[in-house]
Amino acid sequence: MAPDQNVMPSDGGGASTALSIDSDLRFKRSRNVQEQAIGLLLFLCAAVSTLVTVGVVAVLLTETVRFFSQVSVFEFLTGTQWTPAFQEKHFGVLPLLAGSFMVAAGSALIALPIGLLTAIFLSEYATARLQAILKPLLEILAGIPTVVYGYFALTFITPLMRTFFPETDVFNAASASIVVGIMIIPTVSSLSEDALRAVPQVLREGAYGLGATKLEVSTRVVVPAALSGIIASFILAISRAIGETMAVTIAAGNLPNMTLNPLESIQTMTAYIVSVSLGDTPQGTIVYQTLFAVGMTLFVITLVMNILSQWVLARFREEYE
Amino acid sequence: MTAQHPAIGEGRSALDRKRRAKGAVFAVLCGAATAVGVLSLAVLLVDVVADGIGSLDADFMTSFASRFPERAGIKAALAGSVWILFLTASIAFPLSVAAAIYLEEYAGEGWISRAIQTNIANLAGVPSIVYGILGLAFFVRTLGFDRSVISGALTLSLLVMPVIIIASQEAIRAVPSTIREAAYGLGATRWQVVSRQILPMAMPGIMTGTILALSRAVGETAPLIMVGAVGFIAFTPDGLRDPFTVLPLQIYNWVSRPQDEFRALAAAGIIVLLALLLSMNAVAIVLRNRYRTRI
Repeated sequence: MAPDQNVMPSDGGGASTALSIDSDLRFKRSRNVQEQAIGLLLFLCAAVSTLVTVGVVAVLLTETVRFFSQVSVFEFLTGTQWTPAFQEKHFGVLPLLAGSFMVAAGSALIALPIGLLTAIFLSEYATARLQAILKPLLEILAGIPTVVYGYFALTFITPLMRTFFPETDVFNAASASIVVGIMIIPTVSSLSEDALRAVPQVLREGAYGLGATKLEVSTRVVVPAALSGIIASFILAISRAIGETMAVTIAAGNLPNMTLNPLESIQTMTAYIVSVSLGDTPQGTIVYQTLFAVGMTLFVITLVMNILSQWVLARFREEYE
Repeated sequence: MTAQHPAIGEGRSALDRKRRAKGAVFAVLCGAATAVGVLSLAVLLVDVVADGIGSLDADFMTSFASRFPERAGIKAALAGSVWILFLTASIAFPLSVAAAIYLEEYAGEGWISRAIQTNIANLAGVPSIVYGILGLAFFVRTLGFDRSVISGALTLSLLVMPVIIIASQEAIRAVPSTIREAAYGLGATRWQVVSRQILPMAMPGIMTGTILALSRAVGETAPLIMVGAVGFIAFTPDGLRDPFTVLPLQIYNWVSRPQDEFRALAAAGIIVLLALLLSMNAVAIVLRNRYRTRI
């Protein structure tokens, strides 16, 4: 699609002689061509993002289709053993899914309540000065690389856990869940705070006028009014936890394991992808293809959650004014 | 603003007292929750500094990785990170700003621009490791760039582009429309308006968003593992096709070894990485504040 025509004054303004009108027109025409070229160039740059999506889907699909020509979809989705590199190969993705969801659930248990309460504190309770201190600190927390969180989990949280639960594995799901939980607190708190702030002041004042306490105003008026934004932030945070890679690779281990015990070593989808790509896996082998099948699974899950989060925002938004 | 409860009549009822007590408990709870995040940050920083400060010296900055912890350093990783930073910036910045200009100043309300917009929002939520898979299949294998600096930089460029585009769009949107209209009124073409009026005004905002996005790229590990940056490299890259390593990857390499000496090196590497990121963030914050006072 060509961009819109330029906004330009109509031709042939106040030029006095035919010659100058002619040169004026020629100038404008060349300017017009130049403008169109720039518009096209800018459009192409914007289109790159679409190409990236097409590229991701194409790359994942090609190898995934090859993978499924050798392994049945049914086995992949229902098998409970994941041993692609062993002599006796099994391609059940459930242990990896279980690992990812266990970390996601554990981190959500930490980050959702803490993040929401932090958001309420920042938007309803904290003074402007306190906000000016706390918000940059939370931004720093959000900006810490995930490999650093992995280090923190392995060298600080895991030893701490082993003093309380000596049976804890060196690599375990619980430490990973705790650091991923800490990592996504800022996602929940900052998006939820935006939603809480968007609730008009008159709603609060109306409730205070009826004699409500601050607790009642916050939990029965402001939070319900901002619920769509809060839920969207929850979904987005969980999707981030599922896609989280380095912290879980370092802290949770590399053992595909269908377990509900968070003190055991597990493997998430992301950690599996890392472990395969650390070794030099030749293209065309089944192990190389599992990379894409697992990547596709991860991509679809996070994409669905992101779209869900946008849908919740759009569908349940309370419009004020 | 606190909710004062006007006492009607003389004493407060028991119900009233209970409500106020509940309110106080909730306030403490909210404050405590906020403290969890802040304290975690503090504990993390103290832990890292305590573990790593002993290994952090001039030799550490100027030595290559080694099997012997006392001789190992981050020279190659630091050089790789700087390469990746500048390459990613020079690829992602122009493309993203151009895309943002198109979406804000050129595109109509048609379905194409809406589709591009939705697509960018969704790309921003794709896990970084998926970009790594794309980088591996496309840049490393299909285009045959192998495990090189350019493969890494291209992969990370795709990763940060949605973030820079969204930040740039916000900065462009913040330029008052009176400026546009005045320039158009004087007969300026669209590109003249964009290049001489809008971009200079939006630039601080665009730069802030770009620096923050790049600091994310500098801290990324997973996608670079996918495109095959290696942990053990005893030279600095000389060209786009050279193999490389980066700080987060060197840290990961050291963390994954069982010996305590390497853990200390990892912590020292983290101190350098965090110092780099914090100074990038500081620049972004200074830019943002200057921008705020100007408009």
